[in-house]
Amino acid sequence: MDSRLANSWRLTVNEKNFIKTALQSEIRIDGRKPYEYRKISIKFGRDDGSSEVQLGQTRVMGIVTTQLVQPYRDRPNEGTLSIFTEFSPMADPSFEPGRPGESAVELGRIVDRGLRESRAIDTESLCVLAGKLVWAIRIDLHILDNGGNLVDASNIAALSALLTFRRPECSLGGEDGQQVIVHPPEVKEPLPLTVHHLPIAITFGFFNDESISVIDPTHNEEAVMSGRMTATVNANGDICAIQKAGGEGVTQRVIMQCLQLAIAKATGITKQIKEAVEVYNTERSLRKIKRHPTSVGTIVQGGQTQTSGKEGVSESPGNHIERLKQLSGETCTSQSSEERKTTSTDGNAKNLIRGPTTWDPYSKGVGPELLKTSLASQGTSMPNEKQDLRNEKKPGEAEVEGHHPEDANPGSSAINESLTGLQTKKERTLEDAVKPKSKRKKKASSKTGAS
Amino acid sequence: MRQLRAQIGNVAKADGSSVFEMGNTKVIAAVYGPREVQNKSQQISDQALVRCEYSMANFSTGDRMRKLKGDRRSTEISLVIRQTMEACILTHLMPRSQIDIFVQVLQADGGTRSACINAATLALADAGIPMRDIVTSCSAGYLNSTPLLDLNYTEDSAGGPDVTLGILPKLDKVTLLQMDAKLPVDIFENVMQLAIEGCKAIANYIREVLLENTNQLEYRRGL
Repeated sequence: MDSRLANSWRLTVNEKNFIKTALQSEIRIDGRKPYEYRKISIKFGRDDGSSEVQLGQTRVMGIVTTQLVQPYRDRPNEGTLSIFTEFSPMADPSFEPGRPGESAVELGRIVDRGLRESRAIDTESLCVLAGKLVWAIRIDLHILDNGGNLVDASNIAALSALLTFRRPECSLGGEDGQQVIVHPPEVKEPLPLTVHHLPIAITFGFFNDESISVIDPTHNEEAVMSGRMTATVNANGDICAIQKAGGEGVTQRVIMQCLQLAIAKATGITKQIKEAVEVYNTERSLRKIKRHPTSVGTIVQGGQTQTSGKEGVSESPGNHIERLKQLSGETCTSQSSEERKTTSTDGNAKNLIRGPTTWDPYSKGVGPELLKTSLASQGTSMPNEKQDLRNEKKPGEAEVEGHHPEDANPGSSAINESLTGLQTKKERTLEDAVKPKSKRKKKASSKTGAS
Repeated sequence: MRQLRAQIGNVAKADGSSVFEMGNTKVIAAVYGPREVQNKSQQISDQALVRCEYSMANFSTGDRMRKLKGDRRSTEISLVIRQTMEACILTHLMPRSQIDIFVQVLQADGGTRSACINAATLALADAGIPMRDIVTSCSAGYLNSTPLLDLNYTEDSAGGPDVTLGILPKLDKVTLLQMDAKLPVDIFENVMQLAIEGCKAIANYIREVLLENTNQLEYRRGL
């Protein structure tokens, strides 16, 4: 199965010559210098462990899931890690659906080698019952758009998905202490994976004139280049894996140069990934705290009980006040990834107060200032203001979080009161927000609003 | 480096074939070509098409394994060998034709990738296919703070880094470089240097074998 990429047919001889000639003057066709990387943007989905990376025009999505399985016989107390790649036909005309082609397998193995052999993930911590049950981590990489250099983008997607993934906590129980109970996310907070270091893949392209090498080739350059090398390095200066599968021969000196360059680039990319993960984690913990306790139907809600058990950030506009009401009706938690769907919002609360009609799903939850403002100006929709407030709120949120541990004592009576006295003070709302460390209600309702 | 043994011309029907042994690792390679492209849609108008297939015999490792032909490791190694050989074969001399390389591992004791490439080189030379230079390959590793050359299976599975290197010895260029497991850069340079020397030693051996073979052919033809 010879899968030649369509781009090598599409490019005319003139275009290919142009690319080569331009490279001789150290200019690349997209304006970059030979050793310049494209802009990387990392986005996360609602679920834990899903990420989407965009590297220039290349887009890759990475998803991490886990399952309890039996370990391999020769490694009875280690979890397993497996990578599956899907070269979706929408990415490139030459990708066929079905069995992965050669380049898909190669890509999977490069990412796999970088993670597995270098021990980036601590597999021993995935062991539940030695010899019987371990967690098997499965990484799925979907290529959405092929703009060149799929390996690097897939690697970053896999790493960011792994960093934000949370696995359910489980404990041993049962009569003989051999039964494993998996705690659903609402009972116990899921745990992140132990990642020792981040192996970053950097791809180089070599051209017929061997003194030319470029970093991060685009798909046009990939059609023209005669050799490629992927070096997986981490920020500590270790080489985790190298893959140079044939192609143009290069001298040893060039290889060492490329490795040094790769290490320099890796530190920058590692920082970027970590920052993106930080932002996501902050947002996630904010979402957690913003949960409101459920209460049995109160006067205000008119007995809306949502047992959808889903938390979600809804795209649709939401009324934060509605949210408050809905929260009382909600009953489940939202930490688990599968539960992160948008909950069906009820319309009951709508009649009470109408709020802003635009809602940014990825913003932080509602803060006390925001509620106060909106409560004060009931019924007026001020979407813009909301957005601003939300943005400002972020630093405010941080402090609010700090308060929460201290305040976490409101009794359920407080909740009821708060619900009845809906139209009022922000203290109530703060307490509401704070209350459930134990009860994990998704503030989802807050997000969902009127989805 | 382990003991090397090579023979040429084992598979009579193939245009070129060889058996290459590195210690206990034994690999047989057969080359068919240049011949007409069988799948016209894959024909390249200005170059020869190189195809490669790597497979391990069921009895090659300690426990008899039931591996499918198309499993991921085999696919990757086939791809690697193909691209390595494609770089050194003068493909533009044989447009619209096809060269098939089949490599079968009979005994696996570490370093199968290197043995396959060496065997493929010999088989291509036996088939008389024009090449820029022979490709030789060797593996090296680093265990207990010592660089080691030509790892066998036990050393390979000890968890240390494993560097497989393929070079064009006369041109002194690196075509294949694969590494797994963590290694700091400076140690890597040492290991790579060691592997390059190993490859050059193999290249000498291969040249001797080819020379010997040519002498034999001359002798048989009565020259």
